[in-house]
Amino acid sequence: MKGLSIENISMRFDLKNGSSVQALKDVSLDIKEGEIITVLGPSGCGKTTLLNIVAGFLAPTEGKVVLNDQIVLGPGAERGMVFQQGALFEWMNVQQNVAFGPRMKGMPKAEQNEKVKHLLEVVGLAEFEDKAVYELSGGMQQRVALARCLANEPDVILMDEPLGALDALTREKMQGLVLKLWKETGKTILLITHSVEEAVLLGERLLVLAPRPGRVYKEYNLPFAEMGVNMDLREVKKSEGYSETRDEILSIIWEMEEEIMGRTDESS
Amino acid sequence: MTILIIYILIFIAAFYIVKAVSSMSKSRDDFTSLKTVTFGDESAVTPNRAASIISVIAIFAIWGSFTGSKLTPIHVPGPFIGELSFTYTAVNSSGETDDAEVRISVYDVQTGEIPDKIDIEPGLGFALNDTAQIITYRSALVKVQKNDVGGKDKKYKVIAINGESILPSSELFIDNARVYMTAKGTLSLTPYKGWQMQPVWLPSPEAVWSRLTKIASEGYKNFSLFEHLGWSLLRVVVGFFAGALIGIPLGYAMGLSGWFRGWFDPIVEFMRPVPPLALIPLVIIWFGIGEQGKIILLFLASLWIMTISARAGVSGVNIAKIHAAYSLGASKWQIMRLVIVPNSLPEIFTGARVSMGVCWGTVVAAELVAAQKGAGMMIITASKFQMTDLVIMGIVLIGVIGYAIDILMRISENYLVPWKGK
Ligand SMILES: Nc1ncnc2c1ncn2[C@@H]1O[C@H](COP(=O)(O)OP(=O)(O)O)[C@@H](O)[C@H]1O
Ligand SMILES: [Mg+2]
Repeated sequence: MKGLSIENISMRFDLKNGSSVQALKDVSLDIKEGEIITVLGPSGCGKTTLLNIVAGFLAPTEGKVVLNDQIVLGPGAERGMVFQQGALFEWMNVQQNVAFGPRMKGMPKAEQNEKVKHLLEVVGLAEFEDKAVYELSGGMQQRVALARCLANEPDVILMDEPLGALDALTREKMQGLVLKLWKETGKTILLITHSVEEAVLLGERLLVLAPRPGRVYKEYNLPFAEMGVNMDLREVKKSEGYSETRDEILSIIWEMEEEIMGRTDESS
Repeated sequence: MTILIIYILIFIAAFYIVKAVSSMSKSRDDFTSLKTVTFGDESAVTPNRAASIISVIAIFAIWGSFTGSKLTPIHVPGPFIGELSFTYTAVNSSGETDDAEVRISVYDVQTGEIPDKIDIEPGLGFALNDTAQIITYRSALVKVQKNDVGGKDKKYKVIAINGESILPSSELFIDNARVYMTAKGTLSLTPYKGWQMQPVWLPSPEAVWSRLTKIASEGYKNFSLFEHLGWSLLRVVVGFFAGALIGIPLGYAMGLSGWFRGWFDPIVEFMRPVPPLALIPLVIIWFGIGEQGKIILLFLASLWIMTISARAGVSGVNIAKIHAAYSLGASKWQIMRLVIVPNSLPEIFTGARVSMGVCWGTVVAAELVAAQKGAGMMIITASKFQMTDLVIMGIVLIGVIGYAIDILMRISENYLVPWKGK
């Protein structure tokens, strides 16, 4: 069966002082090939932990991740990652960063160059091939990160708050780019965010995680991602049902945050 | 003390003069001048170039004027050079008094011109006229009684100088000199010394310069100046590279393996705070005073710094980079070569800069203790012969080379790890 399935994942961190943190409890999720799924939740609810398990950086204490009928046992090129920031290699220029994956596979140089050229055009950085990455703006750096991930032709793209460090305007542009790439490449995308708007706009399916222990609280099926492929995102935001959904999810998150705050207030 | 006060006065005066001059010329209209908040804003504090230039000039001006340099127009009073004279009054055993004249030439031994002996008539009476020669900055006993008739008598004594009475163990001043009468009644003369530094304390700038040109062409103690400095540099470079060659792999191993970390942590943490200079005695006992000992000392000086910086470079890698590389399909070895090593380079360069500085300081100190050649040997030997000009020349050269090393390291850093601090 093609696709990614996350089956009854639990994750417990044993701390040095003897206590332990239940970061995830019994999380299950089936993702079809070519779906884009967003995961939303207050900070500390285990979003990054979930993504790290899917990527293979962490082994879950219970459950398993299966991709195309194969159990995930460690990191691999078929699952690409895009991080918030700081994951580009400063000692390489834009071209070398994007060519990293193909180079690891031993792709011939000429083929690499062609691929990089094409991908940089796709993300709108055709002119910046020879630039150093630290000379680029935050938004441009994230485009490079996207291109680097795509160059490896992964089956699944995992994104951990990829736009979290960008300013509002750049962020909006990049959201459009993510949708465009999703449609053009047909990749499966699992995107984590703590912005409700972003989750609603980009997710065909939206998963709300609740904290302590991290578990799936609610799931939505949304039409906005499909709309956003051909439409300006600002127009999408005016479409029917958008603001209701957004407000509903906002109040869920708000309540969760409130609860976390309340608990700390009581204890102090 | 006086010099410090003068220096502070120059500092203050220069500040007000420059301020007055620059406010007369047209006002600055860059961004800084538009800022209303400047105090505490580090970006608003840029070094004032005029201040830097005046600062350097002031040091040379003070140096020149206190050493009688020909380069500076103004000098503080120098030592008295020329002829002094006074008359003394003596009383002999029969109670008679008589006057006689003493003429003394004071000369500067540095210029090498020893003045002719002054001719003087013996004069009348039992007290006879005297002459003497005194070198600048020195005191001399002037035994005026020696040629006097009855000067050896117990009752003979000098009672006055230029008509002013003087007693044993007391002093009085004549023009350009101090006269002191010892407990036994002999006169001791100290010509006026002025405010200038004696060349043994501080030679003038041109003396240092001429020593430099002389040593540069003739060499010193069997080795040319180039060889002395070159040997010091060579030791530093060899010691530093030996330390880096062992230290960097060791640091990597410590950053990547718990066993290495545990094994070497106690050693590194203990050796790091031991100043390399404290190792000199042990290194001399173990390896002697030859090249081997010095290189081992410098090796030890740089080893720990390089180990620690390589370790920090490895530990400091952002885990996202490692994760990214893994999910792009890199193997462990490729991550090592393409991510961990380049990522650690900025830290290693910082370590190398520190290490070079420490090594340069250590080599000079080691040469002070024992060496046949080297910058440190040159100045310590010169100091034994009181060749202060050579000592100062050596210090200046050591400073210039240390500074040049640092600049060179910074340039290569900019060139090799341009992403540092970005
Ligand atoms: N390596 C770890 N060791 C111990 N606790 C961890 C570790 N990683 C995450 N946690 C804990 O697990 C919980 C979830 O963390 P994380 O997945 O980073 O949350 P999110 O990404 O949603 O903000 C947090 O309470 C965090 O403290
Ligand atoms: Mg997170």
